[in-house]
Amino acid sequence: MPLSRTEIEGLTEFAAKIRTNTIFCIANLGVGHIGGSLSIVDLLAYLYGHEMNVKPDDPLWGDRDQLVLSKGHAGPALYSTLSLKGFFPVSWLDTLNQGGTRLPSHCDRTRTPGIDMSTGSLGQGLSVACGMALANKLDGKTRRVFAIIGDGETQEGQNWEAAEFASQFKLSNLIAFTDYNKLQIDGTTDEIMSLGDIEARWQSFGWHTERCSGHDFEAIFEAVAGASKQTDKPSMIILDTIKGKGMKVFENQVSSHNAPVTLEMAREATGREGYYAE
Amino acid sequence: MPNKEMRAAYCDKLIELASKDPKVVVLEADLMKASGTMGFKKAFPDRGIDAGIAEANMVGVAAGLSANGYIPFAATFGCFASRRAYDQFFLSANYAKLNVKLTGTDPGISAAFNGGTHMPFEDGPLMRMIPGLPIVEPSDAVSAAAFTELVYQHKGSTYMRLHRKSVDPIYDENEKFEIGQGKVLSDGKDAAIIALGAIEVREAIKARGILASEGVDAAVIDILTLKPIDRKLVLSYAAKTGRIVTAEDEQVAGGLGSEVSMLLTETGTACRLAMVGIHDEFGQVGTTDWLMQHYKMTAKDIAEKVMGLMK
Repeated sequence: MPLSRTEIEGLTEFAAKIRTNTIFCIANLGVGHIGGSLSIVDLLAYLYGHEMNVKPDDPLWGDRDQLVLSKGHAGPALYSTLSLKGFFPVSWLDTLNQGGTRLPSHCDRTRTPGIDMSTGSLGQGLSVACGMALANKLDGKTRRVFAIIGDGETQEGQNWEAAEFASQFKLSNLIAFTDYNKLQIDGTTDEIMSLGDIEARWQSFGWHTERCSGHDFEAIFEAVAGASKQTDKPSMIILDTIKGKGMKVFENQVSSHNAPVTLEMAREATGREGYYAE
Repeated sequence: MPNKEMRAAYCDKLIELASKDPKVVVLEADLMKASGTMGFKKAFPDRGIDAGIAEANMVGVAAGLSANGYIPFAATFGCFASRRAYDQFFLSANYAKLNVKLTGTDPGISAAFNGGTHMPFEDGPLMRMIPGLPIVEPSDAVSAAAFTELVYQHKGSTYMRLHRKSVDPIYDENEKFEIGQGKVLSDGKDAAIIALGAIEVREAIKARGILASEGVDAAVIDILTLKPIDRKLVLSYAAKTGRIVTAEDEQVAGGLGSEVSMLLTETGTACRLAMVGIHDEFGQVGTTDWLMQHYKMTAKDIAEKVMGLMK
């Protein structure tokens, strides 16, 4: 059954809060990976607001769905999501990147409730997600593993080793997303190292693929539904996204990767005076 | 009956562990035959995972299996386990505080005809830089089986340097081992040879014979664990003999030589020290005997180092 109007409204509201908190926690610090955090906000809202089976009061629950955020630098977006979901207090967002924090710039499974894997050295997450999915298969568990990789990140060769592996071991319980915002640190992905026909690449490795807007809940819902029907293939959902989505000054800007963000900019983008949405 | 191959001891122990513990899995990167784990795959088809020639992914997959409760033993040649998959082992396994048991086979000159590309002189030193990671190197089939079980019991990732071939036994079947505990193979009062690995422990034993004929009474210690080093044992022989020669099949810079040197200087222990092993060189092809002579790792070389300290 497709998403109801009420569900879409709920996800829209959840995404707006995540976006607000992502912007404010980076603005509070003054600098951060704003662009790639904002491009996955709607996906995170969808996953944690509708798709994933998790228990915020029991982050290590053995039957939960898991997420490997391989583009670990988008941690602030995931922290905003997890805190709004109740994994830890929203007030923790103020500690982002401060010495001794439980919310480091790049995701760390040993520090943050709800973070399923430590990531940051690009290209490693998909392999780990494969191992998790294989473990679930060996256990006969139906829980799923989701992974999010960056578009620039697919330039790392290890992804393609993982692609072979997931296909060989028929990891249909693995659903990955590419955050295709078409920008990386030094320029556009086409200028630096083109992803070519990205869907065809994954298909040629034996993956089921879907492609849709990463800012359209109904489209993401349909894509995940298509992926969930697979019985012997892993799935890659290519999400066309806007880097910096929600902050006009950063949208589709190469400079948004790791940029200074002021509280004034945050207020202008969110229309909110104070800090965080609860 | 020929001596058991060390890789056979490794595989047999893994099968034994896996029979008791459904969470034990084995990963290989197209070297199941070389590592001797085909028997495991036969016994547990679903839990013997050949990840193909893709070591970085294999280590990442192992980390993921570990995250979901499995105890993965991943093996490949030591050169690939370290150089090829270092960042994956560093971050996905160790930084993430997961439980990946990595085994690097064919350490040092035992890679012989595979030559410089396959001859890991740096795996121990590289692994030594990973915080909290135990690094073990058994010296015969009995200790290989024992350390396979010890790393299984250890909570957290480990690195084992594993000689694959059969060697003369050193230990009794009933010998008890611990990670971080060396073994005194022979006591001695004039000097201590602290050796690591299947090849150099045997050369150290032979060196003791050579030295005895010169009237020098040298102790022989099989250190077995590079990290954490058996501080108590090393320091007690430093105090007792005042002369230590380390012998290892890897770069002394970063390896056992460095570890002992640091320990002696940090503790202000008055003890002379010489190091046998690889001194800033690449590997190359040759028989193990030829390589041992080329890199000055023979019993004679060890004995000469000891004699040098006697002057």
